[in-house]
Amino acid sequence: MTPHLVLRVVSKLLIPLIVVFGLYVHFHGDYSPGGGFQAGVIVAAAVILYALIFGIDSAKRAVPTWFVKFMAALGVLLFGGTGVASLILGANFLDYDVLHPDLAHHTGQHIGIILVELGVLSTVFSVMMAIFYAFAGRAPDIPEGEW
Amino acid sequence: MTEFDWTQLLDYALMGMLLAVGIAIVRLRNLFAAVMLMGVYSLLSAAWFVTLDAVDVAFTEAAVGAGISTVLMLAAMLLTAREAEPVKAIRHWAALIVVSVAGAALFYAVGDMPVYGDPNSPANSYVGMDYITSTPNEIAIPNVVTAVLASYRGFDTFGETVVIFAAGLGVMLLLGLNSGKKKGDEE
Repeated sequence: MTPHLVLRVVSKLLIPLIVVFGLYVHFHGDYSPGGGFQAGVIVAAAVILYALIFGIDSAKRAVPTWFVKFMAALGVLLFGGTGVASLILGANFLDYDVLHPDLAHHTGQHIGIILVELGVLSTVFSVMMAIFYAFAGRAPDIPEGEW
Repeated sequence: MTEFDWTQLLDYALMGMLLAVGIAIVRLRNLFAAVMLMGVYSLLSAAWFVTLDAVDVAFTEAAVGAGISTVLMLAAMLLTAREAEPVKAIRHWAALIVVSVAGAALFYAVGDMPVYGDPNSPANSYVGMDYITSTPNEIAIPNVVTAVLASYRGFDTFGETVVIFAAGLGVMLLLGLNSGKKKGDEE
């Protein structure tokens, strides 16, 4: 992959910024628009951009397929686990108030929201990557003339 | 007479561009150009959602519609032909009739819709107003959208996450991730 020098340099500059923006969208979701779903899609778009420029094999070394499978299941487990944790602590399913004793500041709600959003982030990112790998892995590499 | 709202010109411009891109997608034969224009359509929709103050939706539309689905459509297109087969004229007329009837029904319903941003509209007055008034006391986070998504309607969001997981699982089972296929030439 020697050609496309400009594309490679520009995308190397952009990809870290896209990932940082995705994390900002995630962790600032309590205060500004955004959340786990948007963050997961943005981070997945960064990895897909990497795969488009540097080839799908490099992307699979950075984000292996076992990691994608693992994180997709982990996200659902984290979301459901938060609900089960509140069940065990004596409240309704996904009632986060019991997760922390500080009821005056609603710390339990904040913990619960961050946990379930992390679950959404993990699942959305992994499923987007899985669908991309499944489709792009079947297509032949783009011929030079079609760039 | 009220003052002229200049932002509505932006709405008209975005709507006009959406219409032009939509017609161009229908008329194009080249699949590559059609996929690219669908990405443009999603990006224009995202810009329009921002003017409607639906920034969360705009985020998702820009990332999923303009970004990831364009890439997926390109990957799918690489597996098939680059040009669409010409379609018989009779099918165009059938499609036009269906679209015209559906469009006429939508325009007929426009008169019943509440004014944009109307605080007394059904969407804003009952449970929506309840969420807005009680979020500062019950959840104590500034973003009501996140409070509704993750806390009040956490069960729905859990369902959505499971649906996304099931979709990914289906793709993985049907197509596989091609893992380990090229193990020999990785190093």
